[in-house]
Amino acid sequence: MEVDRPFDYVERIPGGAIITTTVDKVLEWGRESSLWYMLFGLACCAIEMMAAGAARFDLDRFGMIFRATPRQSDLMIVAGTVTKKMASRVKRLYEQMAEPRYVVAMGSCANAGGPFADSYAVVKGVDKIIPVDIYIPGCPPRPEALINGVMELRKKMRENVRIKQGAEV
Amino acid sequence: MSSRIRTEIVEMNMGPQHPSTHGVLRLAVRLDGEVIVEAKPDVGYLHRGIEKLAELRSYVQFIPITDRIDYLASMLQNAAYVGAVEKLGGIEVPERAEYIRLIMMELQRIASHLVFFGAMALDLGATTPFLYAFREREDILDLFEMVCGARLTYNYFRPGGVSRDLPAGFYAKAKSYIAKQREKLPEYDDLFTCNQIFIARTRGVGVISAEDAINWSLSGPSLRGSGVAYDVRKVDPYCVYDKLDWQVVTKNGGDVQSRFLVRVEEIRQSLNMVEQALDMVPEGELKCKTPLRLKLPEGEVYHHIESARGDVGVYLVSDGAEKPYRMHWRSPSFVNLGAIDSVARGWKVADLVAILGSLDVVLGEVDR
Amino acid sequence: MNELQPLIIVTMTELTEKNIRDAFPKAVVQSSEADGALILKLNATMLLPVCELLRSNPELGFDYLADITAIDWKDRIELVYRITALARNEKIVLRVDLDRANPTIDSVSSVWKGAIFQEREVYDLMGVVFTGHPDLRRILLPEDWEGYPLRKDYVIPD
Repeated sequence: MEVDRPFDYVERIPGGAIITTTVDKVLEWGRESSLWYMLFGLACCAIEMMAAGAARFDLDRFGMIFRATPRQSDLMIVAGTVTKKMASRVKRLYEQMAEPRYVVAMGSCANAGGPFADSYAVVKGVDKIIPVDIYIPGCPPRPEALINGVMELRKKMRENVRIKQGAEV
Repeated sequence: MSSRIRTEIVEMNMGPQHPSTHGVLRLAVRLDGEVIVEAKPDVGYLHRGIEKLAELRSYVQFIPITDRIDYLASMLQNAAYVGAVEKLGGIEVPERAEYIRLIMMELQRIASHLVFFGAMALDLGATTPFLYAFREREDILDLFEMVCGARLTYNYFRPGGVSRDLPAGFYAKAKSYIAKQREKLPEYDDLFTCNQIFIARTRGVGVISAEDAINWSLSGPSLRGSGVAYDVRKVDPYCVYDKLDWQVVTKNGGDVQSRFLVRVEEIRQSLNMVEQALDMVPEGELKCKTPLRLKLPEGEVYHHIESARGDVGVYLVSDGAEKPYRMHWRSPSFVNLGAIDSVARGWKVADLVAILGSLDVVLGEVDR
Repeated sequence: MNELQPLIIVTMTELTEKNIRDAFPKAVVQSSEADGALILKLNATMLLPVCELLRSNPELGFDYLADITAIDWKDRIELVYRITALARNEKIVLRVDLDRANPTIDSVSSVWKGAIFQEREVYDLMGVVFTGHPDLRRILLPEDWEGYPLRKDYVIPD
């Protein structure tokens, strides 16, 4: 029987009004379509993150709203330089987030220290403290780049479901 | 009043991750009920050691780093550093470059004040003015992108001039932006500035007398909101500010509302300045010739400008090499923040947010 | 016909210097001028009295402390204070040399409250101790940081 697959995770039965999918895929679709991110702007990249949330680039159309507290967020966008004084707080905030949680390192400073890499007070990348899923290069990355990074994260989230099911990557 | 009720001073921590602290600022607040007994700022969460980095970078290599100190007013930070280098090196800037610089600096001031407006509204609970302000700011960022390719950190100034010329279409686009902004400013007033809740939350709150403001070394709109007419552009003119027709904006209230109104009025003044300057830009060179490996003579210089947040000063000490011997950045946000403890005592937590917003600190500049 | 008396022109900076020298004859080690500002090199012990005079004397009225910073000259640490009299826009720069092994000086926070944060910064990054400061502790670096990064002999720990 030929199976019509309009989307990756949906099968359409011909002549019918039933779609079949898996619970995992539906849950993942729900999760990725409403990623609530924690406002964790540290430095200049925070301004581009705010601009991405504002009217022109509008992260809200992707279902993303900012939350002030880690308890209510799925995603932590580390936007800015992580200094040694701030490092322990970053770790604590990451630990306060409920799973499944994701981290996006936005900008050169969060990726690897950025233009301040040879300074005495800067941690060379936030991945020295917490695990990072997506790295967005730029100094600062444009809001479009941030949105692209979030799209890549959503793709990664979908692929993780497939890997869990034992499918071929 | 019952004397059997025992009250305690509660210690509360605001930040460093907090939606209303304008960055990674921590306020260790001690409260008696809702009333603030003490509000000590704990800064340094964004300390990147730029004064030490300046000793490791050549003069031109350091300009991109100045963008990132006060990231909401990058053009102004560029201007401060480059002005100090030019003063020490005796480098003359051609007139066309001076006018272009002035246009960029004033547009940057407007952009910074728009972010202040939006953030202040957001802190006090109103989301819509934030979206309005950022919508207008996007137009300014488009103008900057036309000129130098970047939206936030420009690296546009060079010792001796600017790096790129104004492209074709800049003049028309800038004029249309000015007209649009002038049209929208009354909208902001209707929505927010004249809003009864906003006025009730800011009038008479966090009053700083002129004498206190001077003693705390406040600068910028925080100082001018207390009636002190100190604006570096008038007092120690630089660039071509003395050739334009504009006024220093002061208000006499000394409260949060006065500091807010000073900045909103400064947007209008800056729009006037950009409009005048656009018509006054002469033809000419963009940058005078400087050696590729710029070395400054031995000596020292202190150059200060009026940034969106106050008096930014760059103190450069050179020993004749390609890199400075010592660079000190006098940061207005750092000095302004010193006053918060004394100003906030006696007010409530909600007022603390308004007071902190009215001082308009940017943590990149506080911590350097 | 009246003879015109010769006019003696005294500049603002000369008046200021004269006032300080009259009040504290031993305070000024050296004086110069640059960029329209009077630059005075002072004895470290006389800094606080001179600052108090600068602010309280109505003829001087130096009410606005613009900047405090320090330079590590390898054999000594030099403190630089910039103060402005807002009413006349007159600027003065005070410079003090301190012994590098034990840099200590009086705090001027009793004269200008704006000095509180700035002196903490100089303490944090250069290691200068300000006696009489209400709250002298590190401000930009973590409390348990060791060393003073802006000194020329500072080694970044791994």
